[in-house]
Amino acid sequence: MEVTASIEKERKTNLWGGGTSPLKASYGKIMMWFFLLSDAFTFSGLLITYGFLRYSYPAYTGPVSAFKPSAEYWPIPEKIFDAVPFLHGVHLPLLFVGIMTFILILSSVTMVLAVEAGQRMDRKDVTKWMLWTIVGGVAFLGCQAWEWSHFITGTEEGMALSNGIIVHGANLQINEYGPPLFASLFFFITGFHGTHVASGILLNVIIFYNVVVGTYDKRGHYEMVEKVGLYWHFVDLVWVFVFTFFYLI
Amino acid sequence: MEQVVAVEVKPVDKKKVKKLWKIALILGIVTLIEFVMAFTLPRGYLLYAGFIGLTIVKAFYIVSEFMHLKHEAKALIWSILLPTIFVIWLIIALLAEGGSILNALY
Repeated sequence: MEVTASIEKERKTNLWGGGTSPLKASYGKIMMWFFLLSDAFTFSGLLITYGFLRYSYPAYTGPVSAFKPSAEYWPIPEKIFDAVPFLHGVHLPLLFVGIMTFILILSSVTMVLAVEAGQRMDRKDVTKWMLWTIVGGVAFLGCQAWEWSHFITGTEEGMALSNGIIVHGANLQINEYGPPLFASLFFFITGFHGTHVASGILLNVIIFYNVVVGTYDKRGHYEMVEKVGLYWHFVDLVWVFVFTFFYLI
Repeated sequence: MEQVVAVEVKPVDKKKVKKLWKIALILGIVTLIEFVMAFTLPRGYLLYAGFIGLTIVKAFYIVSEFMHLKHEAKALIWSILLPTIFVIWLIIALLAEGGSILNALY
């Protein structure tokens, strides 16, 4: 009797003494958070590598309007990413990547609305918002596919190298936009993010299927929607940083 | 035979949904401001600092509200935020390193 009483007392006074849940979250959610933390380190590593390599190349010093791509200095992104589908040859700097950013932000909002509906056990609303989230993810991935194909194909003018050879587009050895490493970093960073979007869509589709067949109604809660929601918001968060460091600065 | 599960559906929390759309609007407006800044202000470290500041504003809203971290237990908040200190160290170290390489080569 006395022992039980002292255990009870210990439980009330010591948060980490056992028998309680100090982080007040389920195991799965905490593990998703720590996975995302480790993933954040991976993306930080990639983006900081971009900064490191950019700092080890000379910056373009002339006026922005007179900018011409060269392998001698690091390019100004708004002069490189200026194409929009169906508007061939029109100089619209950063417009397309801006549209992509809005698509991803919107799909993040629909995801958080799905989580909200899940907390209310409203299967119909979860179905609707999960579907919109998947649509947003697929739209973003489609935009990125176009962006990549345009980047790889390049422009008609191309860029003349110091030995007179004119290069069009980009690959891992050479590109018409700047130093070879610029294209490598573009492929690696946006590619790694795109891979995350793709696996996020896959997870969303699996959860969407479970929602539709009523798995979570039987289980009594929609916590799986919250867990994939965390992952999906993280993908959006990473894009916010990629947008700033790759396209704006 | 399909098992019928009785589920009690709660009504929409209008206040909460409105708040979520408000945050989405803030994220959109901040992105628009970044856009305007990119084409009106001269390129330089002041502009870059502005971009990074606005990026952190956006990151704060996504992590705190969309990912709900602001409303979790204190211990969970700190165990996610504190480890990112190492990222700050890596930024400083590698940017200094990159500058040294530039000086050595050019």
